[in-house]
Amino acid sequence: MANYYQPEIECASEEQRKAMQDERLASQVKHVYENVEYYRKLMDEKGVKPEDVQTTADLYKLPFISKADLREAYPYGLLATPIEECVEIHSTSGTTGKRVVAFYTKEDVDLWHECCARAIVAAGGTKEDICQIAYGYGLFTGGAGLDGGSHKLGCLTLPMSSGNTERQIQFMQDLKSTILCCTPSYAAYIGETLRDMGLTPDDISLKAGIFGAEPWTEEMRKDIEKNLGIKAYDIYGLTESSGPGVAFECSAQKGMHINEDHFIAEIINPETGEVLSDGEKGELVFTSLTKKAFPLLRYRTRDICVLNREKCSCGRTFVRMTKPMGRSDDMMIIRGVNVFPSQIETVLLEQGYPPHYRIEVDRVNNSDTLDVYVELSSNMFSDTVKDIAKKEKDLAGAIKTMLGISPKVHLVPAKTIERSEGKAVRVVDKRKLHD
Amino acid sequence: MSIKQVSIFIENAAGRLAETTKFLADNRINLRALSIADSQDFGIVRIICENPEEAEQRLKEADFVTTITDVFAVELQDEAGSLSKVLFILAAAGVSVEYTYAFLSTKKEGSAYMIFRVNDNDAAIQALKDKGIAITSQKDIF
Ligand SMILES: [Zn+2]
Repeated sequence: MANYYQPEIECASEEQRKAMQDERLASQVKHVYENVEYYRKLMDEKGVKPEDVQTTADLYKLPFISKADLREAYPYGLLATPIEECVEIHSTSGTTGKRVVAFYTKEDVDLWHECCARAIVAAGGTKEDICQIAYGYGLFTGGAGLDGGSHKLGCLTLPMSSGNTERQIQFMQDLKSTILCCTPSYAAYIGETLRDMGLTPDDISLKAGIFGAEPWTEEMRKDIEKNLGIKAYDIYGLTESSGPGVAFECSAQKGMHINEDHFIAEIINPETGEVLSDGEKGELVFTSLTKKAFPLLRYRTRDICVLNREKCSCGRTFVRMTKPMGRSDDMMIIRGVNVFPSQIETVLLEQGYPPHYRIEVDRVNNSDTLDVYVELSSNMFSDTVKDIAKKEKDLAGAIKTMLGISPKVHLVPAKTIERSEGKAVRVVDKRKLHD
Repeated sequence: MSIKQVSIFIENAAGRLAETTKFLADNRINLRALSIADSQDFGIVRIICENPEEAEQRLKEADFVTTITDVFAVELQDEAGSLSKVLFILAAAGVSVEYTYAFLSTKKEGSAYMIFRVNDNDAAIQALKDKGIAITSQKDIF
């Protein structure tokens, strides 16, 4: 079943897409160079003039921009249009540092909502659907983006915001909402609450959910789908580049299609900045082609993923990105292989272990060693040395399958791995001591 | 006729065993037997005590990683070959022994017991009974 919102764009041929991207890129670079002093300086330092960038093949000439630049230019330093043309702002939560504020013209908002409408249609939505938006509203982009997409499509839109879960369920029952949009953890919580209230998926009318804004696993997807009786779709975006709807999942659920009429995606080696080919794992970089108020060129997302340009069974020609596998800030290179703590965490959850672990990397006889300490709780403890040794071996095998390198796994009693306030110190790299 | 053994998973680090036994003592968990198995990283402390369920509960509340395992005990006669006789019976019945350890009774002066953890408790107990060997019950040792 093919569900498109704008088929002529979503299923455009490669030539059409390239022509559109080339034209938009050249005019966007000019717009940014002429209107943003901060960017003009970066480009001048690199010796790049707007006329040097005529097609997407020239993209590599442009400097990267990162969150640090956004913070430095806060609040108005990257604004590319007069304030009187802006109608909306959104802002990141600021959990990892100073806030970032992004601006939108009326047209920016319009195009963003269009991207979100594509995501709703790809999840099977039509104007007959009733969309329950349980993302937070306000500075966060989640509520505003999906709310706007739902309006664009012409759905009846329930602006619930997040929280008050029993009321959410009450509305689901009374108004018979068919599509739920929220964070995956909130969707899981709604599913549990439904069960605790003695209800089943048969008591509600949901058919699909669009969940994003935080990492989630395939296991979570299965649980949510079962507990709510729906098909669960992923959506990707970041406040810096508009919000949700940068990329969205189709019914094939094999990666998220990037809205390439609005964004050019590149994968780079986070260490060297070198552009990698499709299929290689690296840091995702976005260039915004249409945003007027807050256009970012070659923005480093820090998200690690892989791009796939193979034909998708849904018919869309937009490139697909995998779910982010980790953050480039957390990347370790062990025996020449890029390793992310989040990959190890994924294996632990799949194998039924709690996500409490410590990774130790060291160098012995010029070879890197990887030791993973994992907590064993009473429910998985059986009392022979042999059983525990087998568990360690099985877990090491599963981690090797994920990473391509063998770790040594050490099971330790639950609650013995140090917990720290805020972000856990999960990686100890002892190799630095030898340098 | 099984006896319930409480096992505790601990780090193989200095002081962990001392902390564990102190906890048992502070909680007045009356031990009849204690044995330890260890590897480079971890240790398993196995105890036979008077109220295993209650002991397990206390340990869990204190965040120990613990479980209850069914084992059985045999009183050894004070004569040569009595242990090998038991092992032969088990082997003949196709039962494999995971581990075994001994303790002396304080209830019945001069008696020695062996605790067995096997892959099939029921088959082992049946085989021994068939050969006329008495299985010790929980109340025999407390
Ligand atoms: Zn597709």
